[in-house]
Amino acid sequence: MNAALDRVGGVYALPVILAIIAFAAIGSASTWVTLTAAGLAMGMMIFLMASGLSLIFGLMDVLNFGHSAFVSFGAFIAASVLAALGVWLAADSVLLNLTALMAAIAAATAFGALAGWGFERVIVKPVYKDHLRQILITMGALIVAEQLLLAIWGGTPIAVARPAFLTGSIIIGDIAIESYRIFALLLGLVVYIAMYFALNRTRIGLLIRAGVENREMVESLGFRIDRLFIGVFMAGSALAAMGGAMWAGYQSLITPALGQELMIIVFIVVIIGGLGSIQGSLLGAILVGLMTNYVAFLFPKLALASNMLLMMAVLLWRPYGLKPAVKG
Amino acid sequence: MSGAILRLDDVHTDIAQYHILHGISMNVPEGGVHVLLGRNGAGKTTTLRTIMGLWRARKGAIVFRHHDITAMPTPDIARLGIAYVPENMGIFGGLTVEENMRLASTTGRFDDERLGRIFSLFPAIEKFWTSQASGLSGGQKQMLAISRAIVERREMILIDEPTKGLAPAIIRNMIGAFREIARETTILLVEQNFLFARSLGSGVAVIDDGRIVHSGGMAELAADEALQTRLLSLSLAEQH
Repeated sequence: MNAALDRVGGVYALPVILAIIAFAAIGSASTWVTLTAAGLAMGMMIFLMASGLSLIFGLMDVLNFGHSAFVSFGAFIAASVLAALGVWLAADSVLLNLTALMAAIAAATAFGALAGWGFERVIVKPVYKDHLRQILITMGALIVAEQLLLAIWGGTPIAVARPAFLTGSIIIGDIAIESYRIFALLLGLVVYIAMYFALNRTRIGLLIRAGVENREMVESLGFRIDRLFIGVFMAGSALAAMGGAMWAGYQSLITPALGQELMIIVFIVVIIGGLGSIQGSLLGAILVGLMTNYVAFLFPKLALASNMLLMMAVLLWRPYGLKPAVKG
Repeated sequence: MSGAILRLDDVHTDIAQYHILHGISMNVPEGGVHVLLGRNGAGKTTTLRTIMGLWRARKGAIVFRHHDITAMPTPDIARLGIAYVPENMGIFGGLTVEENMRLASTTGRFDDERLGRIFSLFPAIEKFWTSQASGLSGGQKQMLAISRAIVERREMILIDEPTKGLAPAIIRNMIGAFREIARETTILLVEQNFLFARSLGSGVAVIDDGRIVHSGGMAELAADEALQTRLLSLSLAEQH
């Protein structure tokens, strides 16, 4: 099986294989295109949330169950900024629409980075090298974060306005694709390309990749890995908040439970993709996005279970995930 | 002792609840290859890791030149000019050979003349320059680990059992390379392979059960089979 898969592009061919199987099962080209676009957009948003978590685990060996708190806060902060800039959002100007949306995403991302810094210093730093305490304290932090969300924004679901230029769908023949999904897909791709270049073309990126493999050796070469930890944690939290901001617009209605709901799916992506690997996170996120949409259409009752089954299948086949970082 | 580049004075190290080093005292003179010999579990690796700050000495002092490095963080120790080649080689398998080398360079750039010398010592490094390091053989990985340590001039290199699992031809090649490297830097070499150690070392210390039980010249130990048998156990004397 591995040899056959390698001939067609290795594990990177899996989303294509999944899409081909789904095409045969769905039967309608227009429905398939719509579902595939939705799956890819969902995958890209989950990638934003999961990539940071994967790097944090890979480099720092930290199990951060509080990661989804950054997703929630990102979503709520973006919703508040969008509400405050409602006039720009509804204006008949793409520039104003885009400015409002970018302001919301930027505010969420900046909050994620700052909160990530505080979280690492106060919550995570004291429990390095102790997985049990990491799980307990970060789960506790997630609960506290959820209560903070309730205290600030209340328990009533909040409607999230979309910019006027991203409402509606693009129609090609009998294919309809939501504009917002195309935007989410493009933003995810831009972030992935930026991360790819940062990790592969810069010295900091080289250090992060090396640190994921063997922290001790990086220190033995004269680099302060603790400083790298803070930077990666801030970047990972910022990406999670950015993903949350995008998810808020995607869902249109958000509640404080959003983070907890997404936590499982984000962990599934990280596990499927392989810890510490950005390519793995992207692959895992796209697989989960496509699987969710295809199965929700074909077998609605299996929608929730499908990703669990996918994770089980991947782990039985590749216990370290599809594309794990090489560990020294 | 004057002229010592590194001095360990009554160093005790614990790993978890185990007391591994029981008061190591040792002077490493500047220049040449100095060998720390001992059987498995004697404390050789722990000594190197304690010098490097990867495990902390509970008691005692480690002085490198005029710097007390006993409690210094590992990156600061490395920046004093001490390179470390661990037993598992510490190669970053997901990085290319070039990236592994670039990471070890303080500036991220290479000195072409120096790189040329490394390529002449280890032609495999040039051959596989753009290859992912995980695909290298054990011997090639060891060459990369040593090349990485000498990508810049270091004051001292700590090398942990570089011959472990390597073919005799590669070991012979490594002896030549180490002689070349020792012209400009001090090497503290941990070894079990007495033949390899004897062909390189000028000074030797023998460690057993976390204590230095002998130190002196390598020639003296090499000439005295009874001493070898007593210090290094029969298994090592048999190699002789």
